[in-house]
Amino acid sequence: MDKTWNNKAWFMVLPVLLLVAFSAVIPLMTVVNYSVQDTFGNNQFFWAGTEWFEEILRSDRFHSALLRGLLFSFIILAIEVPLGILIALNMPRKGWGVPICLVLMALPLLIPWNVVGTIWQVFGRVDIGLLGRTLSQLGINYNYVQNPLHAWITVIVMDVWHWTSLVVLLCYAGLVSIPDAYYQAAKIDGASRWAVFRYIQLPKMNRVLLIAVLLRFMDSFMIYTEPFVVTGGGPGNSTTFLSIDLVKIAVGQFDLGPAAAMSIVYFLIILALSWVFYTVMTNYDVER
Amino acid sequence: MARIELDHIRHAYGPNPKSDADYALKEVHHTWEDGGAYALLGPSGCGKTTLLNIISGLIHPSHGRILFNGQDVTGLSTQERNIAQVFQFPVIYDTMTVYDNLAFPLRNRGVAAADVDRKVRETLDMIDLASWANRKARGLTADQKQKISLGRGLVRSDVNAILFDEPLTVIDPHMKWVLRSQLKELHRRFGFTMVYVTHDQTEALTFAQKVVVMYEGEIVQIGTPHELFERPKHTFVGYFIGSPGMNVVPVEIEGSKARFGGQVIELPGTQQSAAKGRMELGIRPEYVRLGREGMPVSIAKIEDIGRHKIVRARLEGQEIAAILPEDEDVPADPHIRFDTKGINVYADSWRVALGG
Repeated sequence: MDKTWNNKAWFMVLPVLLLVAFSAVIPLMTVVNYSVQDTFGNNQFFWAGTEWFEEILRSDRFHSALLRGLLFSFIILAIEVPLGILIALNMPRKGWGVPICLVLMALPLLIPWNVVGTIWQVFGRVDIGLLGRTLSQLGINYNYVQNPLHAWITVIVMDVWHWTSLVVLLCYAGLVSIPDAYYQAAKIDGASRWAVFRYIQLPKMNRVLLIAVLLRFMDSFMIYTEPFVVTGGGPGNSTTFLSIDLVKIAVGQFDLGPAAAMSIVYFLIILALSWVFYTVMTNYDVER
Repeated sequence: MARIELDHIRHAYGPNPKSDADYALKEVHHTWEDGGAYALLGPSGCGKTTLLNIISGLIHPSHGRILFNGQDVTGLSTQERNIAQVFQFPVIYDTMTVYDNLAFPLRNRGVAAADVDRKVRETLDMIDLASWANRKARGLTADQKQKISLGRGLVRSDVNAILFDEPLTVIDPHMKWVLRSQLKELHRRFGFTMVYVTHDQTEALTFAQKVVVMYEGEIVQIGTPHELFERPKHTFVGYFIGSPGMNVVPVEIEGSKARFGGQVIELPGTQQSAAKGRMELGIRPEYVRLGREGMPVSIAKIEDIGRHKIVRARLEGQEIAAILPEDEDVPADPHIRFDTKGINVYADSWRVALGG
């Protein structure tokens, strides 16, 4: 049978195309444009070629910010995913506890990011914050403003507090979709609690976990607002992640060229890592 | 293998049941003999599955006790009761292979690897999935999945009983027949106590030595297929078993005669104790004789179903079904007679004994 081709349909796509052009393609191209030029103000631009890219890729500052970002993502994934699964497994499946748990879980997700930052900034202060004061009363010399380790712990605990709910809610959605018959059959088969988790619950959560890991990775790797509000990237550069460094260069130093080159490299890293995650996890899924 | 006693079991799903209507199981007091093959027959929602889950320990009854070989197991968990149960819809562990699915119940109980292998291979042969052993269980068809579920129920040889909850619903007719014969064969070989829940009367009658008929949360009759057919204890059993079901007509009883409109029907005996209430006469279509003598009827419809014909006649405004052999014709001036040995009398739907 011959297919009828009707190219008029392309006009239908046009509005979306325009929208995407204005919202994504054109700004992105501007960044690309900046990344290959140098500017001295007054809108005077000079061709710089790949100079900025070479500089960025050789820069120690970039490397350490990147490493800090990867380390941060790795740590929060290692905490949030198992913790999220654990909480989801222990949430009630039916009864009056369900709405209460769901609302409690959703609350941190509803708070604007800079408010989360402010909450923790105040919470951790040694002079007035509940956490900071309590810790120093207990004799622990806690000070996130001066101690890099304390700053890291604060930022990580904050992120865990803020985002574990997302993993919980996704896992919970996977769990409630399991029919009762599976649990009944597992009882009949004499399955242990671990076997139920391993062979019934985990396979059902597989897909949502993939989404959770992807989302949490991308978000944590791009994290800006909360650590910026709490630590401002400090003490020193110890919590300066790529995004914070990028803003420092672009807005603080007004180095548009290097900042643009850095954004592109940053974007490509996220894209590549997300793709790797996705491919590895979906392949694993198919294989089994 | 065990003798399973249900001692005055009642169950309600909601809290604080008040009236009988709150109970999914009104009162069940019954013993499943060791090695018996029982079918639990009844319409959807009559409490069959509830009863099964109570036996396996998935549900704890609101009242009553359960005893296995005289030992009270009411408080024991499913695992401690050592029961196999197959559910209506297939449950498979889809990250495992077919082989591992069948091995799962054995491995969970710490059975030695060699025994696991022997039992699993045996069961795989029985459910005809031997060539699929190393395939992942995901992506199989519904009836293959159900065969795995069935296999998992059959793989353990030391179970107290095997419970089947309409296991063949999703399986195609030919395979249904094959699997049912295998279950019977298995029962003959190993003598498991088997309880088979179904709402399909053919399935129940071919599978079981004893059929337990449930209706609205109670057991209305327990008997051999023959007893259920000849002497239904409750009009529901009469309707539910047989195709078409029993004819039930309202009557007035006078001694050994029943009056139905202008007709008088001879009964096989007189009531031993005069039952009160709404009296009915039940007769199976197999015992309705169509001929030139008896009560005059008009014929509404004749259904030829191959081996015989079902005649839908009208007597005194009431529809009566009769079965006519394939080669006989309906006479021009049709009359019917009720064969006395096929007559049962019911008071408020329950059968009344008639003395000689």
